[in-house]
Amino acid sequence: MAHPAQKQDPLEARLAAHAMPEGAAWAREAREDALSRLRAMGGLPGKRDEYWKFTDPTTLNLPEPPRAQCFVTDESAPFAEIDRLRIVFVDGVFDAEASDDLALEGVEIERLSDAQARDIHWARDAYGELETRGQSPVTRAHAALNTALAQDGVVIRVTGRPSKPINLTYLHKSEVSDAILHHLVKVEPGAEVTILENGPAAARFSKVMEVEVADDARFHHIRLQGRDHERRAATHMFARLGARSSYKSFTMTVNGVLTRNEQVVEFTGNEAIAHIAGAALGDGKDAPFHHDDTVFVTHDATDCESRQVFKKVVRNGAEGVFQGKILVKKDAQRTDGYQLSQALLLDDNASFQAKPELEIYADDVQCSHGSTTGAIDEEALFYLRSRGVPEDEATDLLVLAFLAEAIDEIEDESLRADILTRLQAWLDRHRG
Amino acid sequence: MLEIKNLHVSLEEEDKAILKGVDLTVEAGKVHAIMGPNGSGKSTLSYVLSGRDGYVVTDGSVALKGEDLLEMEPEERAAAGLFLAFQYPVEIPGVGNMTFLRTAVNAQRKARGEAEMSATEFLKDIRAKAKELKIDAEMLKRPVNVGFSGGEKKRNEILQMAMLEPAMCILDETDSGLDVDAMKLVADGVNALRSEGRGFLVITHYQRLLNHIKPDVVHIMSDGKIVKSGGPELALEVEENGYADILAEVA
Repeated sequence: MAHPAQKQDPLEARLAAHAMPEGAAWAREAREDALSRLRAMGGLPGKRDEYWKFTDPTTLNLPEPPRAQCFVTDESAPFAEIDRLRIVFVDGVFDAEASDDLALEGVEIERLSDAQARDIHWARDAYGELETRGQSPVTRAHAALNTALAQDGVVIRVTGRPSKPINLTYLHKSEVSDAILHHLVKVEPGAEVTILENGPAAARFSKVMEVEVADDARFHHIRLQGRDHERRAATHMFARLGARSSYKSFTMTVNGVLTRNEQVVEFTGNEAIAHIAGAALGDGKDAPFHHDDTVFVTHDATDCESRQVFKKVVRNGAEGVFQGKILVKKDAQRTDGYQLSQALLLDDNASFQAKPELEIYADDVQCSHGSTTGAIDEEALFYLRSRGVPEDEATDLLVLAFLAEAIDEIEDESLRADILTRLQAWLDRHRG
Repeated sequence: MLEIKNLHVSLEEEDKAILKGVDLTVEAGKVHAIMGPNGSGKSTLSYVLSGRDGYVVTDGSVALKGEDLLEMEPEERAAAGLFLAFQYPVEIPGVGNMTFLRTAVNAQRKARGEAEMSATEFLKDIRAKAKELKIDAEMLKRPVNVGFSGGEKKRNEILQMAMLEPAMCILDETDSGLDVDAMKLVADGVNALRSEGRGFLVITHYQRLLNHIKPDVVHIMSDGKIVKSGGPELALEVEENGYADILAEVA
């Protein structure tokens, strides 16, 4: 038993740096439970863990985060053109002043600490529940750590169809901030909500969002992960999908010395769909860039459709990682599973590692996966240039074309336009 | 318009000479045709003129409207008025045909210091020109050349030419892979663009395209050189007797 004992040291050091927040007895229990689960799984992951083969977790495990400079920009805030309910966190702490009134028809929004202070609250059954389910068959220690230590967050119960999206904005103002946020989202039967997330959040950011999508409910998620070069993030989305429900998540990531985005999605009701997409752009010129998308989709119901589309554009030593799995259980007949992970390497220094996996026990399923790594198509580039398009602009066109399949997963036209504007701005800033 | 003098070109990778002293002047308003057997260097000439990588100019010069073409990047050549209709137009998934063309038109205008074309102006223009070439709205929306038939690709090249209004047009084996009807459509498109200020260089293996696009001058190319020049009758001679007779005659 020497091995797990050795690994507990970084965990104890990490735990010592944070106090476990107060709350009602049930909240305290849920947090203590997460802690014992975390200890039982052997503590925080090490470099030799199979699930962390391509991403070094060391700086996520340290008691204090490495310093991360705050990026100053005169660019307009993301989603600024969209009518939305703003909830702002500064370095992982809810900022009531900067946030809108948390009242919106069709939805109940509360701060996590308020919910956890009450003896009777729906969050009692939900806090940590999907995170716990998501620990098998692969453990996710940083998610358990988050459940134990989360300092802030919101709980959102959607009962109708709110007229506007809910926008969680994460501002980063301190170079040494270590933010741990935990959100709960419960979309009741037939309800529908759009959650927007944006911002660099902190020097180091741990975030868990547990999303329960009930029968006939719809959940839309658009996330813009910026922008500060030295920031680190380990995020988890845990979702459980009821019958005929829909879960659509798109993430755009630019910059970031380390980002690990995990999505764990489970189908428990028939005829549901889940589309999970991501576009990541990294240029190692200003600071190292490492981006890891780790996805686990479990089909445990019939006639469900899952789709993963992940695209990465990297250069100057930037690194992309994709680990994606589709697990189709024995009775999940007529499953339609699709998984695509592609990287565009803009030079010889950039890298991409992919581990696509399918594990299928049902006999009547359609599952496909593809993973490619390539450079800019020189023929296409010359063709564009021969028509008068300058090389930079032609390269941008080809980069956007490469990302199109992921971006097309955004249904809402104005949100898609907003994302494209940001992409173009990033490309303009990173010429050559 | 286009002045090629003593042009020598080798392949970059294997030090093999392809063009061995090409001399050719295309005047504004004229259509010149280059014919020649396979491997004579016709396509290489078109690539070198358009600025494709992989070739080294070892001697000679090329001027477009008096400017040194070989010093320019491919996009600068385009902005200066050169256009190459590709033998094998490239498919570009994810880039809409319309977006591509509008980007190209405006990039050229910008490079020349002209005002950009507005979206409505562009739309009106492209619709009219596409109609002439029997290119439907659906084809304009699709990604560049993706899923296009051989004939559609060639018509799309001519549409680009019509939109970009170049001063010097080079057509590289535009007839290859076309049936008679498609060839006529393409030729009509080219003929509509013939004007006093515009020069054409039509590269072809067969005479049949030249029935539709009547050349003023025909050149025969062999082993990297122009070996014979003449009027349209030269193309007919090739059609009747093949290249062997002409090559034997000049040898």
